[in-house]
Amino acid sequence: MSVLVVVECDGGEVKKSSLEVASYGSQVAQMLGTTATAVAVGEATEANLAQLGEQGISKVLYDAEPRLKDFVNGAYTKLIAAAAEKEGAQVIVLANSNIGAAVGSRLSVRLKASLATNVVELPKNDGGSFTVKRGAFSGKAFADVVLTGDRKILAVKKNSIEALHEAGKTAQVEAFSASLSDADFADAPKQVVMQDQAGGVLLPEADRVVSGGRGMKGPENWHLIEDLAKALGAATACSKPVSDVDWRPHHEHVGQTGITVSPNLYIACGISGAIQHLAGVNSSKVIVVINKDPEAPFFKAADYGIVGDVFEVLPKLTQAVKELN
Amino acid sequence: MKFLVCISNVPDTTTKITFTPDNKEFNKAGVQFVINPWDEYALTRAIELKEAQGSGTVTVLNVGEADTEPNIRKALAIGADDAIRVNAAPTDAYFVAQQIAAIAKEGAYDVILMGKESIDYNGFQVHGMVGELLGIPTVAPAMKLDMSGNTATLEREIEGGKEIVEVNTPFVASCQQPMCEPRIPNMRGIMTARTKPLKVVEPVGEGARTAVAEYALPPKKQGVKLIPAESAGDLIKLLRNEAKVI
Repeated sequence: MSVLVVVECDGGEVKKSSLEVASYGSQVAQMLGTTATAVAVGEATEANLAQLGEQGISKVLYDAEPRLKDFVNGAYTKLIAAAAEKEGAQVIVLANSNIGAAVGSRLSVRLKASLATNVVELPKNDGGSFTVKRGAFSGKAFADVVLTGDRKILAVKKNSIEALHEAGKTAQVEAFSASLSDADFADAPKQVVMQDQAGGVLLPEADRVVSGGRGMKGPENWHLIEDLAKALGAATACSKPVSDVDWRPHHEHVGQTGITVSPNLYIACGISGAIQHLAGVNSSKVIVVINKDPEAPFFKAADYGIVGDVFEVLPKLTQAVKELN
Repeated sequence: MKFLVCISNVPDTTTKITFTPDNKEFNKAGVQFVINPWDEYALTRAIELKEAQGSGTVTVLNVGEADTEPNIRKALAIGADDAIRVNAAPTDAYFVAQQIAAIAKEGAYDVILMGKESIDYNGFQVHGMVGELLGIPTVAPAMKLDMSGNTATLEREIEGGKEIVEVNTPFVASCQQPMCEPRIPNMRGIMTARTKPLKVVEPVGEGARTAVAEYALPPKKQGVKLIPAESAGDLIKLLRNEAKVI
Protein backbone atom coordinates (compact mmCIF):
# COMPACT_ATOMS: atom_id res chain seq x y z
CA MET A 1 0.00 0.00 0.00
CA SER A 2 1.40 3.39 -0.95
CA VAL A 3 0.61 6.66 -2.64
CA LEU A 4 1.74 7.14 -6.25
CA VAL A 5 2.24 10.67 -7.56
CA VAL A 6 2.36 11.38 -11.30
CA VAL A 7 4.92 14.10 -11.97
CA GLU A 8 4.87 15.93 -15.31
CA CYS A 9 8.18 17.25 -16.60
CA ASP A 10 8.96 19.62 -19.43
CA GLY A 11 12.41 20.38 -20.82
CA GLY A 12 14.06 18.56 -17.92
CA GLU A 13 12.19 20.56 -15.27
CA VAL A 14 9.39 19.35 -13.01
CA LYS A 15 6.28 21.52 -13.67
CA LYS A 16 5.17 23.79 -10.84
CA SER A 17 1.78 22.10 -10.71
CA SER A 18 3.56 18.76 -10.25
CA LEU A 19 5.52 20.14 -7.27
CA GLU A 20 2.11 20.91 -5.75
CA VAL A 21 0.84 17.44 -6.63
CA ALA A 22 3.96 15.84 -5.09
CA SER A 23 3.38 17.86 -1.89
CA TYR A 24 -0.27 16.82 -1.87
CA GLY A 25 0.62 13.15 -2.40
CA SER A 26 3.23 13.09 0.37
CA GLN A 27 0.72 14.63 2.80
CA VAL A 28 -1.88 12.00 1.85
CA ALA A 29 0.79 9.31 2.39
CA GLN A 30 1.54 10.72 5.83
CA MET A 31 -2.17 10.67 6.63
CA LEU A 32 -2.39 7.01 5.60
CA GLY A 33 0.85 6.07 7.41
CA THR A 34 2.69 5.17 4.23
CA THR A 35 5.22 6.62 1.77
CA ALA A 36 4.80 8.52 -1.50
CA THR A 37 6.50 7.36 -4.67
CA ALA A 38 6.49 9.41 -7.86
CA VAL A 39 6.43 8.26 -11.46
CA ALA A 40 7.81 10.90 -13.83
CA VAL A 41 6.53 11.50 -17.36
CA GLY A 42 8.00 13.82 -19.99
CA GLU A 43 11.58 14.93 -20.36
CA ALA A 44 13.29 14.85 -16.95
CA THR A 45 16.80 15.06 -15.50
CA GLU A 46 17.89 12.86 -12.61
CA ALA A 47 19.01 15.89 -10.58
CA ASN A 48 15.61 17.56 -10.88
CA LEU A 49 13.75 14.39 -10.03
CA ALA A 50 15.93 13.82 -6.95
CA GLN A 51 14.86 17.26 -5.73
CA LEU A 52 11.30 15.93 -5.34
CA GLY A 53 12.55 14.84 -1.92
CA GLU A 54 11.89 18.45 -0.90
CA GLN A 55 8.20 17.80 -1.54
CA GLY A 56 8.27 14.67 0.64
CA ILE A 57 8.74 12.08 -2.13
CA SER A 58 10.93 9.14 -1.15
CA LYS A 59 11.41 7.44 -4.53
CA VAL A 60 10.95 8.45 -8.19
CA LEU A 61 10.40 5.92 -10.97
CA TYR A 62 11.61 7.12 -14.37
CA ASP A 63 11.38 5.45 -17.77
CA ALA A 64 13.94 7.13 -20.04
CA GLU A 65 12.22 5.88 -23.27
CA PRO A 66 12.71 8.93 -25.58
CA ARG A 67 9.24 8.63 -27.16
CA LEU A 68 7.73 9.53 -23.77
CA LYS A 69 9.04 13.09 -24.10
CA ASP A 70 5.70 14.23 -25.56
CA PHE A 71 2.34 13.12 -24.23
CA VAL A 72 1.07 9.81 -25.65
CA ASN A 73 -2.14 8.72 -23.96
CA GLY A 74 -1.77 4.97 -24.57
CA ALA A 75 1.87 4.81 -23.42
CA TYR A 76 1.45 7.14 -20.44
CA THR A 77 -1.58 5.20 -19.18
CA LYS A 78 0.27 1.88 -19.43
CA LEU A 79 3.38 3.29 -17.74
CA ILE A 80 1.47 4.78 -14.80
CA ALA A 81 -0.71 1.68 -14.40
CA ALA A 82 2.46 -0.47 -14.27
CA ALA A 83 4.00 1.84 -11.65
CA ALA A 84 0.77 1.71 -9.61
CA GLU A 85 0.78 -2.10 -9.68
CA LYS A 86 4.50 -2.27 -8.78
CA GLU A 87 4.00 0.00 -5.78
CA GLY A 88 0.64 -1.45 -4.76
CA ALA A 89 -0.70 2.12 -4.87
CA GLN A 90 -3.99 2.67 -3.08
CA VAL A 91 -4.12 6.36 -3.95
CA ILE A 92 -2.84 7.92 -7.18
CA VAL A 93 -2.45 11.69 -7.36
CA LEU A 94 -2.02 13.68 -10.56
CA ALA A 95 -2.41 17.25 -11.77
CA ASN A 96 -5.79 18.46 -13.00
CA SER A 97 -4.11 19.25 -16.32
CA ASN A 98 -4.92 18.10 -19.84
CA ILE A 99 -2.48 15.22 -19.32
CA GLY A 100 -3.86 14.41 -15.87
CA ALA A 101 -7.45 14.35 -17.09
CA ALA A 102 -6.68 12.31 -20.21
CA VAL A 103 -4.65 9.68 -18.35
CA GLY A 104 -6.59 9.74 -15.07
CA SER A 105 -9.88 8.87 -16.73
CA ARG A 106 -8.41 5.88 -18.60
CA LEU A 107 -6.51 4.72 -15.51
CA SER A 108 -9.64 4.79 -13.36
CA VAL A 109 -11.27 2.17 -15.60
CA ARG A 110 -8.09 0.10 -15.96
CA LEU A 111 -7.41 0.06 -12.20
CA LYS A 112 -11.10 -0.08 -11.15
CA ALA A 113 -10.60 3.11 -9.17
CA SER A 114 -12.84 5.98 -8.10
CA LEU A 115 -11.77 9.22 -9.76
CA ALA A 116 -12.17 12.80 -8.54
CA THR A 117 -10.91 15.70 -10.67
CA ASN A 118 -10.67 19.41 -9.81
CA VAL A 119 -9.69 18.53 -6.22
CA VAL A 120 -8.97 21.62 -4.10
CA GLU A 121 -8.17 20.30 -0.61
CA LEU A 122 -6.50 17.38 1.16
CA PRO A 123 -8.90 14.43 1.62
CA LYS A 124 -10.72 13.55 4.79
CA ASN A 125 -10.35 9.91 5.70
CA ASP A 126 -12.47 9.37 8.78
CA GLY A 127 -15.07 6.82 9.73
CA GLY A 128 -13.98 4.62 6.85
CA SER A 129 -15.12 7.04 4.15
CA PHE A 130 -12.67 8.88 1.90
CA THR A 131 -13.99 12.33 0.97
CA VAL A 132 -12.46 15.08 -1.17
CA LYS A 133 -13.56 18.62 -1.89
CA ARG A 134 -13.70 19.51 -5.58
CA GLY A 135 -14.74 22.50 -7.65
CA ALA A 136 -18.11 22.19 -9.44
CA PHE A 137 -20.48 24.34 -11.47
CA SER A 138 -17.54 25.99 -13.22
CA GLY A 139 -16.12 27.44 -10.02
CA LYS A 140 -19.50 28.67 -8.76
CA ALA A 141 -19.63 25.95 -6.06
CA PHE A 142 -17.80 23.10 -4.36
CA ALA A 143 -18.79 19.47 -3.84
CA ASP A 144 -17.64 17.06 -1.13
CA VAL A 145 -17.31 13.76 -2.98
CA VAL A 146 -17.09 10.33 -1.37
CA LEU A 147 -14.87 7.91 -3.30
CA THR A 148 -16.30 4.44 -2.78
CA GLY A 149 -13.75 2.35 -4.72
CA ASP A 150 -10.87 0.50 -3.03
CA ARG A 151 -8.47 2.54 -5.14
CA LYS A 152 -8.69 6.31 -5.51
CA ILE A 153 -7.36 8.66 -8.18
CA LEU A 154 -7.27 12.37 -7.38
CA ALA A 155 -6.55 15.13 -9.91
CA VAL A 156 -5.48 18.21 -7.96
CA LYS A 157 -6.35 21.68 -9.23
CA LYS A 158 -3.42 24.02 -9.73
CA ASN A 159 -2.62 26.60 -7.06
CA SER A 160 -4.98 24.97 -4.57
CA ILE A 161 -2.21 23.60 -2.36
CA GLU A 162 1.08 25.18 -1.31
CA ALA A 163 4.17 23.25 -2.49
CA LEU A 164 6.36 21.98 0.38
CA HIS A 165 10.08 22.85 0.37
CA GLU A 166 12.06 20.79 2.85
CA ALA A 167 15.52 21.99 1.79
CA GLY A 168 18.20 19.37 1.36
CA LYS A 169 15.96 16.29 1.22
CA THR A 170 16.43 14.15 -1.87
CA ALA A 171 14.44 11.35 -3.46
CA GLN A 172 15.99 8.16 -4.78
CA VAL A 173 15.63 8.02 -8.58
CA GLU A 174 15.07 4.49 -9.90
CA ALA A 175 15.09 3.36 -13.54
CA PHE A 176 11.74 1.89 -14.42
CA SER A 177 10.49 0.20 -17.56
CA ALA A 178 6.89 -0.57 -18.38
CA SER A 179 7.99 -2.64 -21.42
CA LEU A 180 6.18 -0.40 -23.83
CA SER A 181 5.65 -1.65 -27.37
CA ASP A 182 5.15 0.22 -30.64
CA ALA A 183 1.39 -0.34 -30.29
CA ASP A 184 1.40 1.75 -27.11
CA PHE A 185 2.62 4.70 -29.18
CA ALA A 186 -0.07 4.39 -31.87
CA ASP A 187 -1.64 7.69 -30.76
CA ALA A 188 1.68 9.55 -30.52
CA PRO A 189 1.54 13.12 -31.83
CA LYS A 190 2.71 13.63 -35.41
CA GLN A 191 3.74 17.17 -34.60
CA VAL A 192 3.92 19.45 -31.56
CA VAL A 193 3.39 23.17 -32.18
CA MET A 194 4.15 25.61 -29.37
CA GLN A 195 2.41 28.96 -29.34
CA ASP A 196 3.99 32.26 -28.38
CA GLN A 197 3.19 33.12 -24.78
CA ALA A 198 3.42 36.80 -23.92
CA GLY A 199 6.26 37.12 -21.42
CA GLY A 200 6.93 33.38 -21.65
CA VAL A 201 4.46 32.49 -18.86
CA LEU A 202 1.96 29.70 -19.53
CA LEU A 203 -1.57 30.72 -18.59
CA PRO A 204 -2.66 27.44 -16.91
CA GLU A 205 0.52 27.40 -14.77
CA ALA A 206 0.61 31.14 -14.01
CA ASP A 207 0.76 32.61 -10.49
CA ARG A 208 -0.37 35.99 -11.81
CA VAL A 209 -2.62 36.82 -14.75
CA VAL A 210 -3.34 40.14 -16.47
CA SER A 211 -6.50 39.90 -18.53
CA GLY A 212 -8.22 42.25 -20.99
CA GLY A 213 -11.78 42.62 -22.22
CA ARG A 214 -13.67 44.65 -24.78
CA GLY A 215 -12.82 47.79 -22.83
CA MET A 216 -9.34 47.54 -24.38
CA LYS A 217 -11.06 48.68 -27.61
CA GLY A 218 -8.82 46.71 -30.02
CA PRO A 219 -5.85 44.34 -30.38
CA GLU A 220 -3.55 47.30 -31.13
CA ASN A 221 -3.86 48.33 -27.47
CA TRP A 222 -2.81 44.97 -26.04
CA HIS A 223 0.75 46.17 -25.47
CA LEU A 224 -0.62 47.85 -22.32
CA ILE A 225 -1.72 44.44 -20.98
CA GLU A 226 1.53 42.82 -22.09
CA ASP A 227 3.70 45.52 -20.52
CA LEU A 228 2.07 45.08 -17.11
CA ALA A 229 2.19 41.27 -17.45
CA LYS A 230 5.88 41.39 -18.33
CA ALA A 231 6.68 43.64 -15.38
CA LEU A 232 4.77 41.31 -13.02
CA GLY A 233 6.02 38.04 -14.53
CA ALA A 234 2.37 37.28 -15.33
CA ALA A 235 0.55 35.47 -18.14
CA THR A 236 -1.91 37.33 -20.35
CA ALA A 237 -5.54 36.34 -20.83
CA CYS A 238 -8.77 37.69 -22.26
CA SER A 239 -12.55 37.46 -22.04
CA LYS A 240 -14.69 35.43 -24.49
CA PRO A 241 -15.89 38.36 -26.67
CA VAL A 242 -12.26 39.30 -27.26
CA SER A 243 -11.27 35.84 -28.50
CA ASP A 244 -14.54 35.55 -30.46
CA VAL A 245 -13.57 38.60 -32.56
CA ASP A 246 -9.98 37.32 -32.87
CA TRP A 247 -8.32 40.16 -31.02
CA ARG A 248 -6.58 37.44 -29.02
CA PRO A 249 -6.08 33.68 -29.60
CA HIS A 250 -8.56 31.16 -28.17
CA HIS A 251 -5.97 29.67 -25.82
CA GLU A 252 -6.06 32.93 -23.82
CA HIS A 253 -9.84 32.85 -23.30
CA VAL A 254 -10.64 32.56 -19.61
CA GLY A 255 -14.16 31.72 -18.44
CA GLN A 256 -16.83 29.07 -18.12
CA THR A 257 -16.23 27.69 -21.62
CA GLY A 258 -12.58 28.67 -21.79
CA ILE A 259 -9.69 28.06 -19.43
CA THR A 260 -10.42 28.07 -15.72
CA VAL A 261 -7.60 29.69 -13.78
CA SER A 262 -6.85 29.99 -10.07
CA PRO A 263 -3.80 32.25 -9.80
CA ASN A 264 -2.74 34.19 -6.71
CA LEU A 265 -3.44 37.45 -8.57
CA TYR A 266 -5.94 38.08 -11.38
CA ILE A 267 -6.06 41.61 -12.83
CA ALA A 268 -9.12 42.24 -15.05
CA CYS A 269 -8.82 45.26 -17.34
CA GLY A 270 -11.89 46.53 -19.16
CA ILE A 271 -13.88 43.37 -18.37
CA SER A 272 -17.39 43.97 -17.03
CA GLY A 273 -17.60 40.56 -15.32
CA ALA A 274 -20.34 38.48 -16.92
CA ILE A 275 -21.28 35.47 -14.77
CA GLN A 276 -19.63 33.16 -17.32
CA HIS A 277 -16.33 35.03 -17.03
CA LEU A 278 -16.47 35.07 -13.23
CA ALA A 279 -16.96 31.31 -13.24
CA GLY A 280 -13.53 30.93 -14.82
CA VAL A 281 -11.64 33.16 -12.39
CA ASN A 282 -13.44 33.32 -9.06
CA SER A 283 -11.12 30.87 -7.35
CA SER A 284 -8.23 33.34 -7.82
CA LYS A 285 -6.83 34.36 -4.44
CA VAL A 286 -6.86 38.13 -5.14
CA ILE A 287 -8.91 39.77 -7.88
CA VAL A 288 -8.22 43.32 -9.10
CA VAL A 289 -10.73 45.03 -11.39
CA ILE A 290 -10.02 48.12 -13.49
CA ASN A 291 -13.06 49.52 -15.26
CA LYS A 292 -14.37 52.99 -16.01
CA ASP A 293 -17.94 51.88 -15.27
CA PRO A 294 -18.43 51.93 -11.47
CA GLU A 295 -21.51 49.72 -11.94
CA ALA A 296 -19.54 46.89 -13.62
CA PRO A 297 -20.63 43.68 -11.84
CA PHE A 298 -17.02 42.50 -11.59
CA PHE A 299 -16.40 44.99 -8.74
CA LYS A 300 -18.65 42.84 -6.53
CA ALA A 301 -16.25 39.91 -6.92
CA ALA A 302 -13.10 42.01 -6.61
CA ASP A 303 -10.72 42.51 -3.68
CA TYR A 304 -9.24 45.70 -5.10
CA GLY A 305 -10.67 48.01 -7.72
CA ILE A 306 -9.90 51.15 -9.67
CA VAL A 307 -12.74 53.05 -11.31
CA GLY A 308 -10.91 54.62 -14.22
CA ASP A 309 -9.80 54.53 -17.83
CA VAL A 310 -7.60 51.47 -18.52
CA PHE A 311 -5.54 53.52 -20.98
CA GLU A 312 -4.50 55.88 -18.19
CA VAL A 313 -4.37 53.39 -15.32
CA LEU A 314 -2.37 50.54 -16.91
CA PRO A 315 0.79 52.59 -17.68
CA LYS A 316 0.75 53.88 -14.10
CA LEU A 317 0.57 50.33 -12.73
CA THR A 318 3.39 49.15 -15.00
CA GLN A 319 5.52 52.10 -13.91
CA ALA A 320 4.79 51.39 -10.22
CA VAL A 321 5.81 47.72 -10.61
CA LYS A 322 9.07 48.74 -12.30
CA GLU A 323 9.82 51.18 -9.48
CA LEU A 324 9.14 48.45 -6.93
CA ASN A 325 11.58 46.09 -8.63
CA MET B 1 -19.71 6.94 -41.25
CA LYS B 2 -21.67 6.67 -38.02
CA PHE B 3 -21.20 9.47 -35.50
CA LEU B 4 -22.35 9.20 -31.88
CA VAL B 5 -22.55 12.55 -30.10
CA CYS B 6 -23.03 12.53 -26.33
CA ILE B 7 -24.80 15.53 -24.83
CA SER B 8 -25.42 16.63 -21.25
CA ASN B 9 -28.35 18.64 -19.97
CA VAL B 10 -26.90 21.47 -17.86
CA PRO B 11 -28.08 24.68 -16.18
CA ASP B 12 -27.91 27.71 -18.48
CA THR B 13 -24.52 29.47 -18.20
CA THR B 14 -26.10 32.54 -16.55
CA THR B 15 -27.65 30.48 -13.73
CA LYS B 16 -27.05 31.58 -10.18
CA ILE B 17 -26.16 28.33 -8.42
CA THR B 18 -28.13 27.39 -5.28
CA PHE B 19 -28.77 24.10 -3.47
CA THR B 20 -31.58 22.39 -1.59
CA PRO B 21 -31.71 23.30 2.14
CA ASP B 22 -29.77 20.16 3.10
CA ASN B 23 -27.09 21.04 0.48
CA LYS B 24 -27.40 17.54 -0.98
CA GLU B 25 -28.71 18.53 -4.40
CA PHE B 26 -28.65 21.33 -6.95
CA ASN B 27 -31.79 23.46 -6.71
CA LYS B 28 -33.45 23.11 -10.13
CA ALA B 29 -36.35 25.45 -9.33
CA GLY B 30 -36.74 28.16 -11.96
CA VAL B 31 -33.56 27.07 -13.78
CA GLN B 32 -33.47 26.75 -17.54
CA PHE B 33 -31.49 23.78 -18.82
CA VAL B 34 -29.49 23.85 -22.05
CA ILE B 35 -27.29 21.53 -24.09
CA ASN B 36 -23.86 21.64 -22.46
CA PRO B 37 -21.98 24.36 -24.42
CA TRP B 38 -18.92 22.14 -24.94
CA ASP B 39 -21.16 19.42 -26.42
CA GLU B 40 -22.48 21.88 -29.01
CA TYR B 41 -19.01 21.90 -30.61
CA ALA B 42 -19.11 18.08 -30.83
CA LEU B 43 -22.63 18.07 -32.27
CA THR B 44 -22.03 20.75 -34.90
CA ARG B 45 -18.71 19.27 -36.04
CA ALA B 46 -20.27 15.81 -36.43
CA ILE B 47 -23.06 17.30 -38.57
CA GLU B 48 -20.53 19.26 -40.67
CA LEU B 49 -18.43 16.14 -41.27
CA LYS B 50 -21.47 14.08 -42.21
CA GLU B 51 -22.58 16.76 -44.65
CA ALA B 52 -19.09 16.97 -46.16
CA GLN B 53 -19.03 13.20 -46.67
CA GLY B 54 -22.51 13.26 -48.20
CA SER B 55 -23.53 10.16 -46.26
CA GLY B 56 -23.63 8.71 -42.78
CA THR B 57 -25.62 9.39 -39.64
CA VAL B 58 -25.36 11.48 -36.49
CA THR B 59 -26.96 9.92 -33.41
CA VAL B 60 -27.39 11.96 -30.25
CA LEU B 61 -27.07 10.19 -26.91
CA ASN B 62 -28.10 11.53 -23.53
CA VAL B 63 -28.08 9.83 -20.14
CA GLY B 64 -30.95 11.50 -18.36
CA GLU B 65 -34.52 11.35 -17.20
CA ALA B 66 -37.50 12.42 -19.31
CA ASP B 67 -37.02 16.12 -18.52
CA THR B 68 -33.95 16.20 -20.82
CA GLU B 69 -36.03 15.48 -23.94
CA PRO B 70 -36.54 19.14 -24.97
CA ASN B 71 -32.77 19.50 -25.35
CA ILE B 72 -32.50 16.17 -27.17
CA ARG B 73 -35.15 17.50 -29.61
CA LYS B 74 -33.09 20.68 -29.93
CA ALA B 75 -30.06 18.60 -30.93
CA LEU B 76 -32.24 16.87 -33.55
CA ALA B 77 -33.41 20.29 -34.75
CA ILE B 78 -29.78 21.36 -35.16
CA GLY B 79 -29.29 18.45 -37.56
CA ALA B 80 -28.79 15.10 -35.80
CA ASP B 81 -30.65 12.19 -37.44
CA ASP B 82 -31.87 10.25 -34.42
CA ALA B 83 -31.47 10.08 -30.66
CA ILE B 84 -31.13 7.67 -27.78
CA ARG B 85 -31.93 8.50 -24.17
CA VAL B 86 -30.68 6.22 -21.42
CA ASN B 87 -33.42 6.50 -18.85
CA ALA B 88 -31.44 7.27 -15.70
CA ALA B 89 -30.10 10.20 -13.72
CA PRO B 90 -26.41 10.68 -14.58
CA THR B 91 -25.06 9.88 -11.10
CA ASP B 92 -21.33 10.01 -11.87
CA ALA B 93 -18.89 9.95 -14.77
CA TYR B 94 -18.22 6.20 -14.56
CA PHE B 95 -21.93 5.38 -14.63
CA VAL B 96 -22.43 7.64 -17.67
CA ALA B 97 -19.34 6.24 -19.43
CA GLN B 98 -20.67 2.68 -19.07
CA GLN B 99 -23.95 3.68 -20.75
CA ILE B 100 -22.13 5.40 -23.63
CA ALA B 101 -19.74 2.47 -24.10
CA ALA B 102 -22.61 -0.03 -24.21
CA ILE B 103 -24.54 1.97 -26.82
CA ALA B 104 -21.38 2.66 -28.86
CA LYS B 105 -20.53 -1.03 -28.93
CA GLU B 106 -24.00 -2.15 -29.89
CA GLY B 107 -24.36 0.46 -32.65
CA ALA B 108 -20.77 0.04 -33.95
CA TYR B 109 -20.25 3.78 -34.16
CA ASP B 110 -17.09 4.99 -35.93
CA VAL B 111 -16.63 8.33 -34.18
CA ILE B 112 -17.74 9.13 -30.64
CA LEU B 113 -17.72 12.82 -29.81
CA MET B 114 -18.59 14.76 -26.69
CA GLY B 115 -17.73 18.07 -25.05
CA LYS B 116 -14.54 18.46 -23.06
CA GLU B 117 -16.55 18.46 -19.84
CA SER B 118 -19.97 19.45 -18.57
CA ILE B 119 -20.27 22.93 -17.07
CA ASP B 120 -22.02 21.57 -13.97
CA TYR B 121 -19.97 18.58 -12.81
CA ASN B 122 -16.76 19.66 -14.63
CA GLY B 123 -15.40 16.13 -14.49
CA PHE B 124 -13.43 16.01 -17.77
CA GLN B 125 -13.53 12.23 -17.28
CA VAL B 126 -16.16 10.57 -19.46
CA HIS B 127 -14.17 10.60 -22.73
CA GLY B 128 -11.23 8.64 -21.30
CA MET B 129 -13.45 6.18 -19.47
CA VAL B 130 -15.40 5.43 -22.67
CA GLY B 131 -12.16 5.01 -24.64
CA GLU B 132 -10.78 2.61 -22.04
CA LEU B 133 -14.03 0.63 -21.74
CA LEU B 134 -14.06 0.17 -25.54
CA GLY B 135 -10.28 -0.25 -25.90
CA ILE B 136 -10.03 2.53 -28.49
CA PRO B 137 -7.97 5.76 -28.63
CA THR B 138 -9.10 8.97 -26.93
CA VAL B 139 -8.09 12.47 -27.95
CA ALA B 140 -8.82 15.10 -25.31
CA PRO B 141 -9.33 17.98 -25.52
CA ALA B 142 -9.59 18.37 -29.30
CA MET B 143 -9.65 21.84 -30.91
CA LYS B 144 -9.85 20.66 -34.53
CA LEU B 145 -11.12 17.51 -36.21
CA ASP B 146 -10.83 16.58 -39.88
CA MET B 147 -11.60 13.21 -41.47
CA SER B 148 -10.11 11.57 -44.53
CA GLY B 149 -11.57 8.11 -45.07
CA ASN B 150 -11.19 6.26 -41.78
CA THR B 151 -8.37 8.45 -40.57
CA ALA B 152 -8.95 11.50 -38.39
CA THR B 153 -6.52 14.35 -37.91
CA LEU B 154 -7.03 16.21 -34.67
CA GLU B 155 -5.41 19.12 -32.91
CA ARG B 156 -5.15 18.44 -29.22
CA GLU B 157 -4.59 21.26 -26.76
CA ILE B 158 -1.49 21.03 -24.60
CA GLU B 159 -0.26 23.63 -22.14
CA GLY B 160 1.37 26.30 -24.27
CA GLY B 161 0.57 24.79 -27.62
CA LYS B 162 -1.03 21.96 -29.55
CA GLU B 163 -0.29 18.47 -30.78
CA ILE B 164 -1.34 17.17 -34.18
CA VAL B 165 -2.64 13.62 -33.69
CA GLU B 166 -3.79 11.06 -36.27
CA VAL B 167 -6.05 8.18 -35.26
CA ASN B 168 -8.09 5.62 -37.13
CA THR B 169 -11.74 4.93 -36.44
CA PRO B 170 -13.19 4.02 -34.04
CA PHE B 171 -12.03 6.67 -31.57
CA VAL B 172 -13.37 9.04 -28.92
CA ALA B 173 -12.71 12.79 -28.90
CA SER B 174 -13.75 15.42 -26.39
CA CYS B 175 -14.27 18.74 -28.11
CA GLN B 176 -13.70 22.39 -27.31
CA GLN B 177 -13.38 25.67 -29.15
CA PRO B 178 -12.37 26.70 -31.76
CA MET B 179 -13.51 23.46 -33.41
CA CYS B 180 -16.45 25.07 -35.20
CA GLU B 181 -19.16 27.68 -34.85
CA PRO B 182 -22.00 25.97 -32.96
CA ARG B 183 -25.25 25.99 -34.95
CA ILE B 184 -28.62 27.13 -33.75
CA PRO B 185 -31.77 25.37 -34.95
CA ASN B 186 -33.76 26.94 -37.82
CA MET B 187 -37.54 26.67 -38.27
CA ARG B 188 -37.29 23.76 -40.72
CA GLY B 189 -35.05 21.90 -38.30
CA ILE B 190 -37.46 22.47 -35.43
CA MET B 191 -40.36 21.13 -37.51
CA THR B 192 -38.52 18.02 -38.71
CA ALA B 193 -37.10 17.29 -35.24
CA ARG B 194 -40.57 16.41 -34.02
CA THR B 195 -40.73 13.36 -36.22
CA LYS B 196 -37.15 12.10 -35.86
CA PRO B 197 -36.76 8.87 -33.84
CA LEU B 198 -35.93 9.13 -30.13
CA LYS B 199 -35.35 5.73 -28.54
CA VAL B 200 -35.45 5.30 -24.77
CA VAL B 201 -33.40 2.48 -23.26
CA GLU B 202 -32.77 1.33 -19.69
CA PRO B 203 -29.31 1.65 -18.06
CA VAL B 204 -26.78 -1.19 -17.86
CA GLY B 205 -23.61 -1.90 -15.89
CA GLU B 206 -22.45 -1.26 -12.37
CA GLY B 207 -23.37 1.66 -10.16
CA ALA B 208 -21.42 4.83 -9.55
CA ARG B 209 -17.97 4.90 -7.93
CA THR B 210 -18.36 8.36 -6.43
CA ALA B 211 -21.19 10.13 -4.59
CA VAL B 212 -21.68 13.77 -3.70
CA ALA B 213 -22.08 14.10 0.09
CA GLU B 214 -22.68 17.83 0.15
CA TYR B 215 -22.46 20.97 -1.96
CA ALA B 216 -21.22 24.36 -0.76
CA LEU B 217 -20.95 27.85 -2.19
CA PRO B 218 -17.59 29.69 -2.14
CA PRO B 219 -17.11 32.09 0.78
CA LYS B 220 -18.46 35.58 0.12
CA LYS B 221 -15.95 38.28 -0.75
CA GLN B 222 -15.24 40.91 1.93
CA GLY B 223 -16.00 43.77 -0.45
CA VAL B 224 -13.85 45.73 -2.85
CA LYS B 225 -11.22 48.19 -1.69
CA LEU B 226 -11.27 51.08 -4.18
CA ILE B 227 -8.11 53.00 -5.08
CA PRO B 228 -8.47 56.41 -6.79
CA ALA B 229 -7.44 56.28 -10.46
CA GLU B 230 -5.05 59.21 -10.08
CA SER B 231 -3.00 57.32 -7.48
CA ALA B 232 -3.22 53.94 -9.27
CA GLY B 233 0.38 53.14 -8.32
CA ASP B 234 -0.73 52.71 -4.70
CA LEU B 235 -2.48 49.50 -5.77
CA ILE B 236 0.87 47.88 -6.45
CA LYS B 237 2.07 48.73 -2.92
CA LEU B 238 -1.11 47.20 -1.48
CA LEU B 239 -0.66 44.06 -3.55
CA ARG B 240 2.84 43.68 -2.16
CA ASN B 241 2.43 44.79 1.46
CA GLU B 242 -1.18 43.91 2.26
CA ALA B 243 -2.27 41.11 -0.09
CA LYS B 244 1.31 39.78 -0.44
CA VAL B 245 0.79 38.48 -3.97
CA ILE B 246 3.69 40.27 -5.71
